[in-house]
Amino acid sequence: MSEHDEDTEATDTEPDTEAEGARTVGTSRHLAEAAALNAETSEGAQELMDRSSTGAGELRREVGAVLRLPEGNFVNPDDIDIERRDDDTMIINMGPQHPSTHGVLRLMLELDGETVLRTKPIIGYLHTGMEKTGEELTYVQGATNVTRMDYLSPLTNELVFSLATEALLGVELPPRAVWIRMLMAELQRVSSHLMWMATNGMDLGSTSMMIYGFREREMVLAFFEKTTGLRMNHNYIRPGGVAADLPDGWQDDVDVICDTVMARTFEYDELLTGQPIFRERTEAVGNLTAEEALALSVTGPILRSTGVPWDLRRTMPYLDYDKLDFDVIVGTYGDNFDRYSIRLNEIRESIKMIRQIADRMPVGDYRVQDRKVTPPPRARIDESMEALIHHFKIFTEGFRVPEGEVYVAIESPRGELGCYMVSDGTSKPYRMHIRGPSFVNLQALPVLLRGGLMADAVAIISSVDPVMGEVDR
Amino acid sequence: MSNAGSETGAGAQAGALLAVLPEVPRLPDRSVVQLAFPHRERYAEMVQAFRDAGFETCADLCAVDYLTHPGRSLPDGVKAERFEVVVNLLSLSMRQRVRIRVQVPEGDPVVSSLVDIYSGTEAMEREAFDMMGIIFEGHPDLTRILMPEDWEGHPLRKDYGVGRVPVQFKEAPGPR
Repeated sequence: MSEHDEDTEATDTEPDTEAEGARTVGTSRHLAEAAALNAETSEGAQELMDRSSTGAGELRREVGAVLRLPEGNFVNPDDIDIERRDDDTMIINMGPQHPSTHGVLRLMLELDGETVLRTKPIIGYLHTGMEKTGEELTYVQGATNVTRMDYLSPLTNELVFSLATEALLGVELPPRAVWIRMLMAELQRVSSHLMWMATNGMDLGSTSMMIYGFREREMVLAFFEKTTGLRMNHNYIRPGGVAADLPDGWQDDVDVICDTVMARTFEYDELLTGQPIFRERTEAVGNLTAEEALALSVTGPILRSTGVPWDLRRTMPYLDYDKLDFDVIVGTYGDNFDRYSIRLNEIRESIKMIRQIADRMPVGDYRVQDRKVTPPPRARIDESMEALIHHFKIFTEGFRVPEGEVYVAIESPRGELGCYMVSDGTSKPYRMHIRGPSFVNLQALPVLLRGGLMADAVAIISSVDPVMGEVDR
Repeated sequence: MSNAGSETGAGAQAGALLAVLPEVPRLPDRSVVQLAFPHRERYAEMVQAFRDAGFETCADLCAVDYLTHPGRSLPDGVKAERFEVVVNLLSLSMRQRVRIRVQVPEGDPVVSSLVDIYSGTEAMEREAFDMMGIIFEGHPDLTRILMPEDWEGHPLRKDYGVGRVPVQFKEAPGPR
């Protein structure tokens, strides 16, 4: 909660006996100032309005809207206490600078004491117009743009962009490129979930988990740095394959990562899973049903926590996931604890997959040997005129992609990451829309928070795992 | 194409579903995912029919501005308009996707909202409104979602002047 919040001041009319005397003196001036400040800082209609400015029908509709549920379906209109006076409730503002909102998420919460009545997430603080930028960059440059969206799993963004481009191009990838992509995507899932474990631990007061999570994630990032040159925003997975082959001795690195992280997940079990305080704070907190999750288009661990076994790697396999042996982890109650255990167990499943991939990594090219799509090796440029021309054409103009449109979806650590791409036959995407799982999953927040305690709000936000770079794009 | 996992799967079931709505023009079976091109007046009705037929969730909704690329391939009987609203529906039980593309004219960019059918389209429609200026009739809270409330124009439109606004200032809140 931001303590010095103008909106709160303006709407909070709770009688305060101590400040009563002081308030009567400067009431009108105070109110005028507050109103002016409010007008200056308000985002207007994007915000959650207080009850006095919403009529009964409007409030019902707004609760339906804010909860993102059709009224008749899940919200009983009788449950909505429209008679409640304004001074019983309080609208407070949380974020966008609150450390537990994982970035610049802003929430407006209507509280009745400690209980959350209505919530409205307000987003857009990190909007940088990346879809528009994507239309200005060629397909070769595009991966550098999308990798910055979900900054906790950049490789999955590059993957979905590359898959969409390749689907339009009709390019068939060599097997090694496919398996390197799978290896990197699963390592990325491990690092992203470790990061989530860390921040979730911190939100619940377990600072040790924060340190441990970052420590293990660092191992994965070190491997990424060795392979791609960068810890984040790699631009490693590109249309046509990957940027470079795996470094010498990669099996040893991957073995160490697998063994260490696997062993450490059991330490997390000891630290968190069986711990009474942690369980008290996560079990039966932030419940969601499967019907609600599906109606809200929620995907990923949140959907699976409600018991729906939907994982695109299994149900609509891409790359070569159908050749791997792994389990889809599902929960039962759709509460915070289920979402925690799903992510913890997905780390183990991913490690299981990484071991299989490392064992069965095919040999061969790591990118398509089509000079119209992938640049020639550096050494060839000095020898061959043709290679020089191809190199020049790819990095100035890029390659042309046939006309068409395609929607490709993959399972990112947060859910269904989709890319809808329209090509008009030039070397730049005509339209590149990314369906960010965090953006859609945020709609579940009002449902998860409703009726819960303010103290649990931080834990619930964390369990949704929003990455604001992807929400706002 | 083999890598585009989302584009694979048996198209027979969705084909049977489309047969329920025979007068909706569609392209021949392109890469197995079914495409449907309803007229915007029949769009909500069609989405409802898909929902009833087992498409439990709406995976994605976005808009495309075809201002500078009017000559795209559309089936006979569909008049190309400037905007297109693209809806991706997903059936978990059938492991099927279907893509619905609705033509929206420039002069009257209005389509009916899907919020009553799929509540999850709420934020996506707000985004399409914010970015493209498509008006979704019946949406409970059609306000800007990514841009500031008082922003002028819709940035993802092709005729939007990039860099036209050097600095942004905020004044009184916009109308509800």
